[in-house]
Amino acid sequence: MDFLLVQFLNGLASASSLFLVASGLSIIFGVSRIVNFAHGSFYMLGAYVAWTLTRGLDWVAFGHLGFWGGILIAAVVVGLLGVIVEILLLRRIYQAPELFQLLATFGVVLIVQDATLWIWGAQDLLGPRAPGMRGAIDIMGQRFPQYEMLLIVIGPAVLGLLWLLFHRTRWGTLVRAATLDREMVAALGVDQKLLFTSIFFLGSFLAALGGGLQLPREPVQLNMDLAIIADAFVVVVVGGMGSVGGAYLAALLIAELQAFMLFVPDFALFGVTVSISKMTLIPSFLVMAVVLVVRPYGLLGRPPSHARIAGAVEPVVRATPAELKWLGYAALALLVVLPFFVGDYGLIVATEILIMVLVAASLHFMMGPGGMASFGHAAYFGLGAYGAALMTKHLMAPMAVGLAAGPLLAGLFGILFGWFCVRLSGVYLAMLTLAFAQIVWSIAFQWVAMTGGDNGLLGIWPDSWATGKDVYYYLTLALCVAGVLVLRRMIYAPFGYALRAGRDSPLRAEAIGIDVVRVQWAAFTVAAVFAGLAGALFVYFKGSVFPTYASIPKSVDALMMVLMGGVQTITGPLIGAVVYMGLHEQLVRLTELWRLVLGASIIALVLAFPQGIAGFVVRLWLKGKAEDL
Amino acid sequence: MIIKRRDFLAGSAAAVAIAGAPSIARGQGATIKIGEINSYSTQAAFLGPYRNGWNMALDEVNAAGGLNGRKLETVFRDDGGKPEDAVRHAGELVAAEKVDLLAGGFLSNIGLAIGGYAKQNKKLYVASEPLTDALVWAQGNRYTFRLRPSTYMQAAMLVEEAAKLPAMRWATVSPNYEYGQSAVKWFKELLSRKKPGVQFVSEQFPALGRIDAGATVQAVAAANPEAIFNVTFGADLTNFVRQGNTRGLFERRAVASMLTGEPEYMDPLKDETPENWIVTGYPWDQVNTPSHSKFRDDYRKKYNDYPRLGSVVGYDTVNAIINMLRKAGSTDTEKMVDAMEGLKFTSPFGPVEFRKIDHQATLGAFVGRTKVQGGKGIMVNWRYADGKDYLPSDAEVREMRPKDA
Repeated sequence: MDFLLVQFLNGLASASSLFLVASGLSIIFGVSRIVNFAHGSFYMLGAYVAWTLTRGLDWVAFGHLGFWGGILIAAVVVGLLGVIVEILLLRRIYQAPELFQLLATFGVVLIVQDATLWIWGAQDLLGPRAPGMRGAIDIMGQRFPQYEMLLIVIGPAVLGLLWLLFHRTRWGTLVRAATLDREMVAALGVDQKLLFTSIFFLGSFLAALGGGLQLPREPVQLNMDLAIIADAFVVVVVGGMGSVGGAYLAALLIAELQAFMLFVPDFALFGVTVSISKMTLIPSFLVMAVVLVVRPYGLLGRPPSHARIAGAVEPVVRATPAELKWLGYAALALLVVLPFFVGDYGLIVATEILIMVLVAASLHFMMGPGGMASFGHAAYFGLGAYGAALMTKHLMAPMAVGLAAGPLLAGLFGILFGWFCVRLSGVYLAMLTLAFAQIVWSIAFQWVAMTGGDNGLLGIWPDSWATGKDVYYYLTLALCVAGVLVLRRMIYAPFGYALRAGRDSPLRAEAIGIDVVRVQWAAFTVAAVFAGLAGALFVYFKGSVFPTYASIPKSVDALMMVLMGGVQTITGPLIGAVVYMGLHEQLVRLTELWRLVLGASIIALVLAFPQGIAGFVVRLWLKGKAEDL
Repeated sequence: MIIKRRDFLAGSAAAVAIAGAPSIARGQGATIKIGEINSYSTQAAFLGPYRNGWNMALDEVNAAGGLNGRKLETVFRDDGGKPEDAVRHAGELVAAEKVDLLAGGFLSNIGLAIGGYAKQNKKLYVASEPLTDALVWAQGNRYTFRLRPSTYMQAAMLVEEAAKLPAMRWATVSPNYEYGQSAVKWFKELLSRKKPGVQFVSEQFPALGRIDAGATVQAVAAANPEAIFNVTFGADLTNFVRQGNTRGLFERRAVASMLTGEPEYMDPLKDETPENWIVTGYPWDQVNTPSHSKFRDDYRKKYNDYPRLGSVVGYDTVNAIINMLRKAGSTDTEKMVDAMEGLKFTSPFGPVEFRKIDHQATLGAFVGRTKVQGGKGIMVNWRYADGKDYLPSDAEVREMRPKDA
């Protein structure tokens, strides 16, 4: 009994930590609709700056004032940094298509990672303990750290202060109004810019405060940003986006679940030993999946007051101009003769880029015409890879069977997951795809007997006829080009029109007899199948498969390629894949600071081409042909 | 300290700049090229000193005129912690940079991925850091060799000490990935063999880098073990130690802990280093054998910093490669592989051999107890555990290794 009580308190302390970060993210999203990837970076920076003040400059020697003052000042400093990012970067791209700001904040993440390494070095930094709080208090014979006790109080205290701020000040009222309907607030003459900037300050401040308060608990280190960001998103979505109270409730639910699952003993299910206590990363995603299925807008979230989230109306899909067709033929011809001009390594890079082009095209299929953004597209890429690898590894099947099994497996899971996902929309849908992707990842990671766990499955090479780099290149070229063309054909087919109708106006589409949910479900599955094909090709190309194929960074890569190229055009994602992969491949070889340069390049591209690269070209193109408009 | 880091970064950037100019090197036609792949951006704390050690060995041999007049050159690549990127780099290094052999690897799955590439493409791969047993056993192959003492070896070293304790009720805390799982598996198996009747009353597997330390400590305490086997390291270890200290988990309990004595993991703990843990590690300031003293002095002179374990690993990887090249007298892969098998060389730690039977080096580790002295953790009562004494019997190795390896 005493153990259970203390474990409950442990859960409360973790919930407070989680809540501080998540609340800032939730507030920013609620008003600006920006999925702020850089939130974890502000959390990390908050911890680093607080470390410098308290330990580096030894303010902690001045006792309480030095320690708490240091953490607060660090949070203010990082809050101001958030303001700078908002003014210099995000303010310029609020009008861009939905989720495009995600790309910009991802650039910030990369830059902050390298900058932090440069300023503070690689080694973990041990923060100071809070003055007078090194000890523990006695709870029913169990020792419980004083600082954890304080954290338990801080969470609800911040929640209370935020409530007062939002309900008892004019500024708070405006923020709540903007969360409900920001166009209306603007129409009433409220200065939007000031509101957004101040919201960014508050959000970044809270993230940094959360980071600073971790000093006595964990060392400050370079992986803090990515470790927290997925959890923070989950808390925000489970709680309901923009709902601070919901965020606390969600943090509490997830933290307690994680604390108590450690006591669950292993058991056997269908002859496989299931160890719940090992799966500490999964409950948050399971909770999210369940909550989103039952309550599509989170625990305390409200549906957006009107369906229109992105300001701009999606452009009409036009017939391919003759010039673009010729460009396509030329590119294809170039690809066919490529092996005669580049060496083995050129072919390796070209093969990899071709596979990524198919991934980008498949994601775009559901994101662009389908209007369903996915944060978990790597799930289907990974499933395709594992489908092929398992065939070869366990059944000794030839490559052709593996190349069929991969997309099949991905498609089956697409049908399963898609059924749940298409019932949601917008960011909620995207987060549900992420939850499913994490579940796939954890199965790949935990089911060691079948998948080899994180050591992966090795030695999955092509059949002897295809081992040559040029042969495999042609095989990939054939399948990827075919895949891209099939996807393209489907966009121009009646199915594609029905899909776009469902995206642009579900009500009207339903009225003319289109079963929107079913069409979206089919599109979701198609996207999964082609991502699976890419995954299967990737396995034989690399000779091995690992859970990282289905991990969040892979999903992010896919998303970045589509956004960079331009989600509103059909050719854009293909260009995005080439640019993103090419940049990455070149920079890694050229410089140590490749993340800094890649991040800066992404931001430069974002500012130069707010419609994506292809979107920009299309605009130029249409300018010359005004009559088309 | 900040300035020092900058210098390091600037220095390594310069190294890349040199390495990134293949045309000059190729013009001479005589350089021997090593392709080195590692997770520089994601494991920066460990791999900075590693690269210093690597460059030191390289500079030494080149300053002495190279090997038969041929200079040695390294092309470094950052895999960003992704096995698929490591495989792409391997392809690039072999096809475009025309390296003679591959080396490196920190994460186990990346080591295995490069090992798989080496087997398929018949290229020599000298793995430096990855600890997974599979690299030389279950997934072993003709072209892959590994320097560092494996998970099995480090666990066996700790079992030897753990078996001397009276404790019969053990709990384990270990990061939930292959390294942590294997370490626990071997520790349980070997300890049960040495001390029949030991019980394992709690097994905690927090996610790597994401330990919920308070809850984990509580779950271990709830099982009331007499001793604890710890495999966590880095940030997880710090969190675990802080929560465990505050909550009194380590009082009256023995702890055996993997890698905790390595400066990379012990130094960040400073005065909060737990006392009297049995650890494997590297007491760099106390090993005064002539070979190690020379290594330490040279290193400090060159980098104005003390060596970490990674520095020794980097230094010895190049060291082994140089000795292998001398023995092989050629950069033909098959000849180099033959030379690697049974290769003997002298590490700062002492004599080392790459075993013919499984391509594992017999490099050892130091086993001792932790102590806080002058505000930081050190190792005391340590001894050097030679790797050759902590490997399974030849028959068992043959059983685990594929027949065609």
